[in-house]
Amino acid sequence: MAGSTVEPTRGGGEPTSAAGRGVAASGAGAGYRPSRTLPFAAEFRRQASRRRTQLALGFMVLLPLIILIAFQFDTGDDDNGRGEFGSLVSFATSGGLNFTLFTIFVSASFLLVVVVALFCGDTVASEASWGSLRYLLAIPVPRARLLTIKLLVALTYSGLALVLLAGTALLIGTLRYGWSPLRSTVAAQLEPGEGLLRLLAVLGYLAVVLLVVAGLAFLLSVITDAALGAVGGAVLLWILSSILDQITALGAIRSFLPTHYSTAWLGLLSTPIQTDDIVRGAVSAICYATAFWGLAFWRFTRKDVVS
Amino acid sequence: MKSPISAARLRRALPTGRRAVAVSVAVVLLAAVVVWAAWPDRPGFRTESAMLTVASGPTGNEPVDLDTTLYLPNDAAADRKVPAVLLAHGFGGTKNSVRTDAEELADRGYAVLTWTARGFGRSGGQIHLDNPDYEVRDAQRLLDWLAARPEIRIDGDGDPRVGVVGGSYGGGLALLLAAQDQRVDAIVPMITWNDLSRSFLPESTGGEPTRGVFKSGWAGIFFGGGGNVGSGPAGISGNTAEAPEGAPSPGPPSPAPGQGPGTAPGAPTTGTIPDPACGRFAPDVCAAYLSIAVTGQADQAAVDLLRRSSPAGVLDRIKAPTLLVQGAADTLFPLGEADANARGIAANGTPVRVAWFTGGHDGGAGPRTDSDRVKFLTAQWLDHYVAGTAATPADSFTFSRIAGFDALDRGLVATGYRTADYPGLNGQSRQEVALAGPPQPIANPPAGNPAAISSVPFAGSLSSLLSGVAADIPGQHARFDSEPLTEAVDVVGSPTVQIRAASPTGEAVLFAKLYDVNPEGAATLPSGLIAPIRLTGLPTQVAEAAPVTVTLPAIVHRVEAGHRLRLVLATSDQAYTTPVEPTVYQVAATGPVSLPTVDAEPIPTEAVLWRWILVGLLAAIVLGLVVLVLLLRLRHRRQDTSVHPEYADTPLAVRHLRKEYADGFVAVSEVDFEVHPGQVVGLLGPNGAGKTTTLRVLMGLTQPTAGEIYVFGHRLVPGSPVLSRIGALVEGPGFLPHLSGLENLKAYWRATGRPEADAHFDQALEIAGLGSSVHRKVRKYSHGMRQRLAIAQAMLGLPELLVLDEPTDGLDPPQIAEMRRVLQRYATDGRAVLVSSHLLAEVEQTCTHAVVVNKGRIVASGPVEEIVGDSPSVLFEVSDPAAAREVLADLGGVRVLDDTDGQLVVDTNGTTRSEVVAELVRAGIGVDRVVPRRRLEDAFLALVGENSRGSGDR
Repeated sequence: MAGSTVEPTRGGGEPTSAAGRGVAASGAGAGYRPSRTLPFAAEFRRQASRRRTQLALGFMVLLPLIILIAFQFDTGDDDNGRGEFGSLVSFATSGGLNFTLFTIFVSASFLLVVVVALFCGDTVASEASWGSLRYLLAIPVPRARLLTIKLLVALTYSGLALVLLAGTALLIGTLRYGWSPLRSTVAAQLEPGEGLLRLLAVLGYLAVVLLVVAGLAFLLSVITDAALGAVGGAVLLWILSSILDQITALGAIRSFLPTHYSTAWLGLLSTPIQTDDIVRGAVSAICYATAFWGLAFWRFTRKDVVS
Repeated sequence: MKSPISAARLRRALPTGRRAVAVSVAVVLLAAVVVWAAWPDRPGFRTESAMLTVASGPTGNEPVDLDTTLYLPNDAAADRKVPAVLLAHGFGGTKNSVRTDAEELADRGYAVLTWTARGFGRSGGQIHLDNPDYEVRDAQRLLDWLAARPEIRIDGDGDPRVGVVGGSYGGGLALLLAAQDQRVDAIVPMITWNDLSRSFLPESTGGEPTRGVFKSGWAGIFFGGGGNVGSGPAGISGNTAEAPEGAPSPGPPSPAPGQGPGTAPGAPTTGTIPDPACGRFAPDVCAAYLSIAVTGQADQAAVDLLRRSSPAGVLDRIKAPTLLVQGAADTLFPLGEADANARGIAANGTPVRVAWFTGGHDGGAGPRTDSDRVKFLTAQWLDHYVAGTAATPADSFTFSRIAGFDALDRGLVATGYRTADYPGLNGQSRQEVALAGPPQPIANPPAGNPAAISSVPFAGSLSSLLSGVAADIPGQHARFDSEPLTEAVDVVGSPTVQIRAASPTGEAVLFAKLYDVNPEGAATLPSGLIAPIRLTGLPTQVAEAAPVTVTLPAIVHRVEAGHRLRLVLATSDQAYTTPVEPTVYQVAATGPVSLPTVDAEPIPTEAVLWRWILVGLLAAIVLGLVVLVLLLRLRHRRQDTSVHPEYADTPLAVRHLRKEYADGFVAVSEVDFEVHPGQVVGLLGPNGAGKTTTLRVLMGLTQPTAGEIYVFGHRLVPGSPVLSRIGALVEGPGFLPHLSGLENLKAYWRATGRPEADAHFDQALEIAGLGSSVHRKVRKYSHGMRQRLAIAQAMLGLPELLVLDEPTDGLDPPQIAEMRRVLQRYATDGRAVLVSSHLLAEVEQTCTHAVVVNKGRIVASGPVEEIVGDSPSVLFEVSDPAAAREVLADLGGVRVLDDTDGQLVVDTNGTTRSEVVAELVRAGIGVDRVVPRRRLEDAFLALVGENSRGSGDR
């Protein structure tokens, strides 16, 4: 065994055959460029192959179908909610646009929050819990790049979920109930074209509001190694914020809660459009999301990966 | 020993220094914000309540007790005089109804005197409906009282600097007081009347009140003492925002039921039991009401009585600058009342400003933007004309229109508009919309029952906005519809329309209403406002009737494009008294409806500011990102790419490495070693010696506290590109469990972004030796299979330095042997391998060099032979140790090191093992076993010590 030992070639000027092949000035190996590591497509495929991604997206398609089937049992004599916006329920079957609106209305407060938290909270924490995170970092994928790509892919999937939900609802709703104007008691009847634009605006605002969840879940995902902790933590804090928002005694503090403006998209249904709260909600959401993501990057680029 | 450990645990559980500081700063800041937001405002004023006895009445010598409260700013004193505000409450209210407004004005630096008007609450006297001899004279006496207070600023002897503010009943008082007493410096009358007789007996074709239609609904509420009626817009009323204006509110500002008009127990005036028919109303007022209510029409005496209580006749005497605030949702005192006041006062050159808001006696305070605007205008008016501290208020006319629902608090949203000059009720221009429909017969129901509903007093703001309330009775109304409007029209003012009517009796009472009908056919009556008409001298056939012009109540309403206008002429309405006899009229609309419009610009609100904040925020984020990227680029360009000449060809050089974790635990205190090409270096040490920490630093996973690592001369920091030349297995395999082994390797390689040809998958898979299992999901792999896959992953791309942490963990002996050969073969061709292990045999058999680490320090390093020594010792198991010892002692140079239980550890010192065995056998000693002694173990134990407790337990 001793005989097989290769003596070190100290100070040898000749690079050996393996070493030095295509080595860059930075010392990188052949073909390695930091900006090429973990391409968006590679991360997209990594996530796409996961069962939870497939299930979550599949459910987005399934939910409108379930709602549609549930409406088939409607006897038409029940009292669906009160208030100006309770009418969303009673109008749900008046057309594809209203059906889509109803689907979004029932999903926005919880389902979409969970889905976004799942995509954004699970992405880094699950790699850490599998132990594959350290191998990605040892490639090396620069940490900021790793986070950027992971965040972009998570946001893409979140957006995809939103679009799938609304798209499926619009499709099957239109097939079942027809291409009718958008109706609600707070607004004049909106022509289908105009109604579709409003619907897109609602989706856009929802996406902005959900950035807070995305930011929070992503921050937790970076902090903890437990994917469940990140997803659950983000959802729990969102619920906590919603509960606090119900307590009017808190007064002005409520408008600083991330969920305070989460239903402001209802203002898009009135005529003319009420954009004041939408603008405030967007400012609030963007501030929170930026802060959370900033913290996530600050933390991840400095932390010791010991998982 | 126990306590230090628990102390250490405690220390680790608690946040360490810097983090603790950060956390506590955050908590303190949060708490400060919450406390600041929730802290009750310290009042900046003091109050004095007193029962003042003033002398008034026609002769000026009838004493009456008035319940007053004076709000004085804290800094008000004889040497620091403040201007005053007389704040009057609405009908049925008390001084407490306006407490909130009084407090706000006091905070602005005014001495505010509130009082309960005579006939209400604890004040004495009877209700004379703002009679100049009673209520107005009471207020004059209060001015005297104010002038005598040392804290109040005066303009002259007995002339206080004072403004008068009030809503509804209080607003009427403000106007009448300003007309009667020139000491008043400015007034802000809100939602009040110009001519009380016209308010209760309106006639929309210009008829006198004696011909008017009695507004029995509202009159009944007033007379019956329906509670706190009409105190003013929120902000000036003291009503909470939730309670619609005029609604009986449960809070302290409104009198308790038993204290309503007519039933005040403390009424001290006569000492006799009050008249049950009149309550606390003065007999003449009571008699007038009773006569009007019975007949539904007023005689001249009753009209005169009401006119005595109206500003209409005395407007030319008002010299105090006047801010008139009127509500659009007000079926009691519609916008026309303020218009008449404004024209009458302005005719004398007195400064007048008009503002409309979306509330009123029906609409309440209106949305928050409206009450804020009213508060702002009031404060501006008082600050200039009373306090003299602010610039002259603009002359502009402001109004607002309901824009829809607020999605968050489910309230209404109003958009404010302004225009330079007050346009009156006729607008700046007019637009005509043609109405179609044949003459129609309509029936007057006997005794006005059933009756159409247009508005419901107290029903709140929604009722007048939504179409739900308005209902017409079939057969009792005629409709005249327009075509759908091609473009939206903003109506601001009084629409007019011409109608014709015929009646078999020659008389007709009609109600004209202008509906907004949306494309689905739902009709909305803006603010529930209707125009009552009493026509006389009518022919029996409609064709013979002369057209009359009806002036509809002023509205602020947007008719959207595609909507129709509908004129309805109805015979009955719940809010009015209509003729008792059943009759059938003929009605027709002759001509278009003429809509007044005003060219106004929206008032910028804070929403505009928020829009700019949003734009600024987005711009700041984009800018921040750009700057950040540029900075990173710059830093990247400045990155140290120099090569340490000494280590240029050394795959790995670790120099003075030290790693101290955040909790103070020192995992590696001083580690120095090198790995040269062709070497397989074993990093050896007990558990917790710091091997894994060293490798973590080496892979850029953790930051070293001190020291440096060079890979081929490049300084290694987390994320260094040179890491791409290292293949690693650190702390066990890490795979995506839902992918197969091959997919995992492919996914990993894709993540490197390097060409697929460079990966050498075939070689890696051969090393992994997983066979067809490579297509199974990693989740189902055994520990050993994962380990082999991880080694294969580390070898992807054949990196020049291979770092393996416990590579044989989980492998069976043949695989270990195979792995040994693979590693040795790998370390040719200029490559090198670093293997960490706590298994001595593995290192001894696999490695060319070894580095022994213990308690975070290198205790030995060098070629394995050097550490082990040249002459390995041998363990003999013999049948007779004592005899064997003697035999061995005879052999030259052979040393017996140790013997236990028939075992001899022998240093053969050059003598071959076969020779030793031959000697023993020759001596008749049975040799059971001959085992080469592992000297590395000895060396290791010697270096590390028998105590196997790792540095982790230190």
